[in-house]
Amino acid sequence: MIPEIIKTIPLNYYLFLSSTLFVIGVIGVLTRRNALIIFMSVELMLNAVNLLLTAFSAYRSDPAGQIFVFFIMAVAAAEVAVGLAIIVMMYRYMRTIDVGLMNKLKW
Amino acid sequence: MVQNLFYFLTFLTLLSALMVIFSKNPIHSVLYLILTFFTISGHYILLNAQFLAAVNIIVYAGAIMVLFLFVIMFLDLKKESEQHIPALAKVAGVIAGGMLLVIFVAAFKSMQTITPDEASFNSQIGLVTTLGKVLFKQYLLPFELASVLFLSAMVGAVMLGKKEEGERNTF
Repeated sequence: MIPEIIKTIPLNYYLFLSSTLFVIGVIGVLTRRNALIIFMSVELMLNAVNLLLTAFSAYRSDPAGQIFVFFIMAVAAAEVAVGLAIIVMMYRYMRTIDVGLMNKLKW
Repeated sequence: MVQNLFYFLTFLTLLSALMVIFSKNPIHSVLYLILTFFTISGHYILLNAQFLAAVNIIVYAGAIMVLFLFVIMFLDLKKESEQHIPALAKVAGVIAGGMLLVIFVAAFKSMQTITPDEASFNSQIGLVTTLGKVLFKQYLLPFELASVLFLSAMVGAVMLGKKEEGERNTF
C-alpha cells in the first residue's frame, strides 16, 4: 500500500524544498562572519541533502538511501566534534571567532 | 490532510532555517536550528522513515546541538559583536545564493520523476527491522569502519583541545 503523502505530493516538491534549504545554508556561509554560525549553516546544508536522500529512498522504496543518511549523520557527528575543537582552539589563540580577522594566510 | 501537514512543515522548516542565518544572537541561531531539525524529523515521519526521525532527534537535536550550545556559552561571545560586514558583501552573498537556487530550480523543473508502482511498493522500508537487516548484512563493513572514524575524531578532538606545553592559562 502506497502512503498518502507519496500519492499526493510529487517528488519535485521535495527537490525544491531541499534546494531552498541548501541555498539558505550557502547564503549563511557567504554572509556571516561568526565561525559558529558558518558551521551551523554547513549543518543545514547536510540536513537538506539528508532530507532529499530520504525522500528519494521513500519514493523508490529502496532502503539503501536511508542507510546512506544514517552514515552521513555518523560522519556529521564526528565532524562537529573536531570542528568545535578547532573553533575553541581558534578562540584560545586569537580571543575571537570572527573569520574576517583570520587573515594570516592571506597575501 | 497530509498535504496540509506537508505545507505547514515546509513553511516552518524554511522560516526557522532563515532565522538561523539572520538572527544576531548565536544562541537564538542554535535554538532555531533545533526547531529546524524537529521539523525535518516531522518530514521523515511523513515519509514513513521512523528510524531516521528518531535518530535525527537524538543525534542532531540532542547531541550536536548541546555541543554547540555548550561551546557558545563557554566562549562568552556577548561582549564582542560581529565585525561590521559591508552591505555590498551581504548583497553579493545573497545574489550568489539566489543564482544557485535559480540553477537548481531550472535543472529540476523539467525532470521526469518516478511514479511508484502499486504492486512492488514496500512502505515499510523506513522501519528499524528492515533497515537493521540491510545495515548488518549488506553494509556491515562501512558500519564497522565508522567506528574507526569515530576513534580518529575522538583522538583529534582531544589533541586539539589539549593545552600545549608552556602555554599560559588563558581560560
